[in-house]
Amino acid sequence: MEKQELGLEITELRLGLPTSDVCSKKRGYSELTDENSFSNEEEEQQHQQQQQQHKNLNKAQIVGWPPVRSYRKKINKTGSKGSDCGKMYVKVSKDGAPILRKIDLNTHKGYADLVVQFEELFGCFAVEGGVLRDYSDKSEFVPIYEDKDGDWMLLGDVPWEMFIESCKRLRIMRRTEALELKY
Amino acid sequence: MTYFPEEVLEHIFDFLSSHQDRNAVSMVCKSWFRVERWSRQRVFIGNCYAIRPERLVARFPRLRSLTLKGKPHFADFNLVPHDWGGFVQPWIEAMAKSCKELEELRLKRMVVSDESLELLSRSFPNFKSLVLVTCEGFTTAGLASVAANCRDLRELDLQENEVEDRKGHWLSCFPDTCTSLVSLNFACLKGEVNLGALERLVARCRNLRSLRVNGAVPMETLEKILARAPQLVDLGIGSYNHEPNSVAYTKFRNTILTCKSIKSLSGFLEVFPRCLPAIYPVCLSITSLNLSYAPGIRGPELVKLIRHCHKLQRLWILDAIADKGLEVVASTCKELRELRVFPSLFGAENAAVTEKGLVAISFGCPKLHSLLYFCHQMTNAALITVAKNCPHFSRFRLCILDPQKPDANTQQPLDEGFGAIVQSCRGLRRLSLSGLLTDQVFLYIGMYAEQLEMLSVAFAGETDKGMLYLLNGCKNLRKLEIRDSPFGDVALLMDVGKYETMRSLWMSSCNVTLAGCKTLAIKMPRLNVEIINEFNDMELEEEENFCDSQKVEKMYVYRTLDGPRQDAPNFVTRL
Repeated sequence: MEKQELGLEITELRLGLPTSDVCSKKRGYSELTDENSFSNEEEEQQHQQQQQQHKNLNKAQIVGWPPVRSYRKKINKTGSKGSDCGKMYVKVSKDGAPILRKIDLNTHKGYADLVVQFEELFGCFAVEGGVLRDYSDKSEFVPIYEDKDGDWMLLGDVPWEMFIESCKRLRIMRRTEALELKY
Repeated sequence: MTYFPEEVLEHIFDFLSSHQDRNAVSMVCKSWFRVERWSRQRVFIGNCYAIRPERLVARFPRLRSLTLKGKPHFADFNLVPHDWGGFVQPWIEAMAKSCKELEELRLKRMVVSDESLELLSRSFPNFKSLVLVTCEGFTTAGLASVAANCRDLRELDLQENEVEDRKGHWLSCFPDTCTSLVSLNFACLKGEVNLGALERLVARCRNLRSLRVNGAVPMETLEKILARAPQLVDLGIGSYNHEPNSVAYTKFRNTILTCKSIKSLSGFLEVFPRCLPAIYPVCLSITSLNLSYAPGIRGPELVKLIRHCHKLQRLWILDAIADKGLEVVASTCKELRELRVFPSLFGAENAAVTEKGLVAISFGCPKLHSLLYFCHQMTNAALITVAKNCPHFSRFRLCILDPQKPDANTQQPLDEGFGAIVQSCRGLRRLSLSGLLTDQVFLYIGMYAEQLEMLSVAFAGETDKGMLYLLNGCKNLRKLEIRDSPFGDVALLMDVGKYETMRSLWMSSCNVTLAGCKTLAIKMPRLNVEIINEFNDMELEEEENFCDSQKVEKMYVYRTLDGPRQDAPNFVTRL
């Protein structure tokens, strides 16, 4: 196979570890242990940095290394995505706020916890008489959520674990709008 | 000299359980050969291409149990192209004609099609046990035929197979009359299962001892199953994610207390670590724990769990446990015989073990005889200590994640450390090397590892001398697999007779040339010399590119009674 002179050396198929020069492993080893091979500390540092870069590069490029079965690699991959007990992010919108937020339902132990985060995300809330009160614009809000069936439900009716399994998104709706829906 | 009647010989041979013993006995004389062959029930074939199925079936017509291995070991790490071979179909066809008494089939690294499973399920009326390990090529439709047709099925054990999910309800295919199941493991299946069918199956199989479910089985179903099967000895948990104050969890926590026989625990494919306390009572009596499929459990939670496992003999775990966690293992699990620490491959925080963890284990667990250890660094001093503390290793596999990494303290090669292991562990049968290694380590292995049967080498050695030390020294070597090491034709060809005493030799990304392989093939007609050249597939026609002095990408050499195989794909060249 003719060598390409177009800087594609890195893609050239080789036997052994891909290093930037065609060197034997013996030379690599002696470079590691030969204390006299560097004239000053700076050079040595530079070289070690290069070695480290090579190593990082090498690790990524070696086929079949580390020797772990692909089955196991896949398990670890899917696991690590939700490794923190399976994250459950849902969108939260608040009437009047143009930008939506996302909340990880799994980080909360219950409804009270959740409302505290509403406070953090959207400003001053308090729970009074079963409704959320936003003092900054003097209106009241009702937290609702969309469940698996697509229905909008009032927050707090069902046990927490049932809620997090069926909640697809949250909405903090103005109470006035909620009242209008009655008619 | 008096001769025994054949019935007496047969009775005596019944007491021989090991394959080696029966093999030896069959070579004594013609009449012993004849008696042995007619009475032989179990056969193990380590390389499915070593013999044709017709020959096997002709010699052992009363075969009841067959174990077959297909692809070379490095196929596990994607070093063998997908359609290399290892098909079970010809074996099932041959046995369907002549070995009707087949009861058990155990396959490893083979290609199993739905057609094969269907044929299997219809051909053997007494079929009891199917074990598939790291196989591929079948779907849940094949499992459905096994479930539906094998009347007396006792065991269906699927370990780490790639199974395509066809969304048929294979579990529902077990007829209502099926009550014989003793062991069912479908943890590797990715798809949904019919939960009702599973519950009913468990309810009617009163002899069920081992059940490993997949991630589609939620805690609620598991609780119902445990309520029906408190006699379970081996449990593989699928989905384990509920809030600790949920109804499902509370029920589960109570029900599992009724399962007083559980000795082995695995799975946790999806897990809320906050729910782990429910299994602490079970941990007190288990001897085997496999948490290596549970990346959702972090170090501190692993440690809390381990503290309850006083009787543990086998532990498979991820390196999230860290050195500190291994110290806890060392102080808690005094009966430990087997330890496997796998790497968390996708950057889990603080997930790493080093030589410190291994040293701690060696001090705390002197009965340790089997180790697989993926670590970030190692030192000669640590290995020497481990060798002194644990002289009973039969399997020692060390994988330092950085290839060719030297001793972390001295920057020296790890020759002395591994040398200490082979010198101290006289019973060592399997060894895997890693880290920076010169020819010296092979000198040690050749000198001391007299019982060594399998050796895995990667990125090691300096000259042909390394490989020569091995081939000269290890009298019991059966499998040798080498990758990315500077061994060439001189080493390969020095003692060609040696390869007939071995099952197989694998060399990839070494210095072996086509000329060397051709010479080997000519000198040793009873070896199959296969070259895998994926990239040169299209250039085979062009002579100037495929010259003898070219290095061979992958070479697989194995002894065989039946010449070059007929089912090799075109990227495999048989010399």
